[in-house]
Amino acid sequence: MIEIDALVVGGGPAGICAASTLAEKGLEVWLVDENDQLGGQLVKQTHKFFGSKEHYAGVRGIDIPQKVDLCKVKVLSNTSVLGCYKDGVYTLIIEEKTYIKVKPKGAVIATGAQEKFLPFEGNDLPGVYGAGAVQTLMNKEGILPGKKVLMIGAGNIGLIVSYQLLQAGVEVVAVIEGADRIGGYWVHSAKVARASVPILTNHTILKAVGKSEVEGAVIAKLNSNWEVEPNSEQTFEVDTICLSVGLAPINDLLWQRGCQMQYVKELGGYVPSRNKFLKTSVDNIYVAGDVSGIEEASSAMVEGKVAGLALAMDIKGENFEMEIEQAFRSLKWLREGETALNLRKGLEKIGVIEC
Amino acid sequence: MLKTVGIAQKDDLIEVMPSLQRLKQGPVAIFECFQPIPCNPCENSCPKNAVVIGEDINNIPFVDHDKCNGCSKCVSVCPGLAVFLIDLSKDKGNVTLPYEFCPLPKKGEEVYGLDRSGKIVEICTVTNIRTAKSLNSTTLLSIETSKDKVNEIRFIKLKEENNER
Repeated sequence: MIEIDALVVGGGPAGICAASTLAEKGLEVWLVDENDQLGGQLVKQTHKFFGSKEHYAGVRGIDIPQKVDLCKVKVLSNTSVLGCYKDGVYTLIIEEKTYIKVKPKGAVIATGAQEKFLPFEGNDLPGVYGAGAVQTLMNKEGILPGKKVLMIGAGNIGLIVSYQLLQAGVEVVAVIEGADRIGGYWVHSAKVARASVPILTNHTILKAVGKSEVEGAVIAKLNSNWEVEPNSEQTFEVDTICLSVGLAPINDLLWQRGCQMQYVKELGGYVPSRNKFLKTSVDNIYVAGDVSGIEEASSAMVEGKVAGLALAMDIKGENFEMEIEQAFRSLKWLREGETALNLRKGLEKIGVIEC
Repeated sequence: MLKTVGIAQKDDLIEVMPSLQRLKQGPVAIFECFQPIPCNPCENSCPKNAVVIGEDINNIPFVDHDKCNGCSKCVSVCPGLAVFLIDLSKDKGNVTLPYEFCPLPKKGEEVYGLDRSGKIVEICTVTNIRTAKSLNSTTLLSIETSKDKVNEIRFIKLKEENNER
């Protein structure tokens, strides 16, 4: 059994900021990530970030992990946390061969989110991808997922991945969206539209066409009750269907440890109940980033900082309230706009809107 | 329309257009940023303090076109690629746009000028290409256009699509 000060689970934007903050406050920190590279989704975000200077605005996502100071953090990549138990012990498996037990004084769980899927005929055919997989193939591995793509979902991820597909030389035949409006930022939709990609709101996919792989997609118009309008079917000849229909928190560890959970639709599903310092119902467990509610990378980074500072306060008994207040102000601005309306509704439901 | 098709329409654009008098004086920045989102690098980038957002970074940027000298710093810094320069001071119109595709055209090359929906408007000539490291991989591409098309053309397509990369 190895005893340490703090364990951070997940090396995405929230996790790296939490670990960096804890180390900066003089604590012994382990940062654990199941991938071979830190950064979470940042490693494939080739676009420039929004926000202000403190949120790395204007910096491309792929360049952000190198900007976070982790020199005093013990980083364990290719490592999974298998369990999290009542006695405060975490079990880790490193490089798929070494099994160890760690007992930290406190932990930040920043395990992120996974993509939601969509039921339609033929959705099991090769050529149907999640947007995250398409981004990993293209931007991390340098492999084109296909030549002609239909994108499902006009949220930020659907729009950004469409733009990145275009940059990679792939044809995007259309972006379709079930809702009556574009969910992502209009500057993203403008970039895609001026590259000749139509964005069709009130449209859904009915089926993927093809025997052994995707050869096409049938889409149709939806009325205001989300019912398919008769005779509105349209067929696109495509070899790839890319799904970008939302994210759900990866919350297994929190369930296992018995953290109090709440279903909040606006935050993506089951999220941990928590106070404004991101402390869960379990005394020494904090959360940050998408596992505590689906949001953006910028706010995930600030949340990582808040959780890191609050946990450092718990462990060291010192006061970092000024810095936490500063981070709260930053979060407030990030969540202030009309695009964050739904998110604010969700935060209100778990009682932390005042941040 | 912005909400449903993602393309700015005349009504949206009237709000952000500089005066005719200012347009004739030389290059000026057009901000096609219509939605309150948390973002403000343009404000910090402007050496003339012509762009104001304020403490709430969700505010839509206010641009004082009389202070703007068309230096193009905001064009390359905007994460939304929503800022363009237009110049109506010479015989031909000129549009500078942020471009993140490859291959790049060459100076003097003819390209298709596309409108906000990606439709071809006319054939334009590339007059300048800037790719400095400080531009963070966003190339600034300037193209010569018909004078009455500077408010329409916002993207380009290479005439000979070269898909060998």
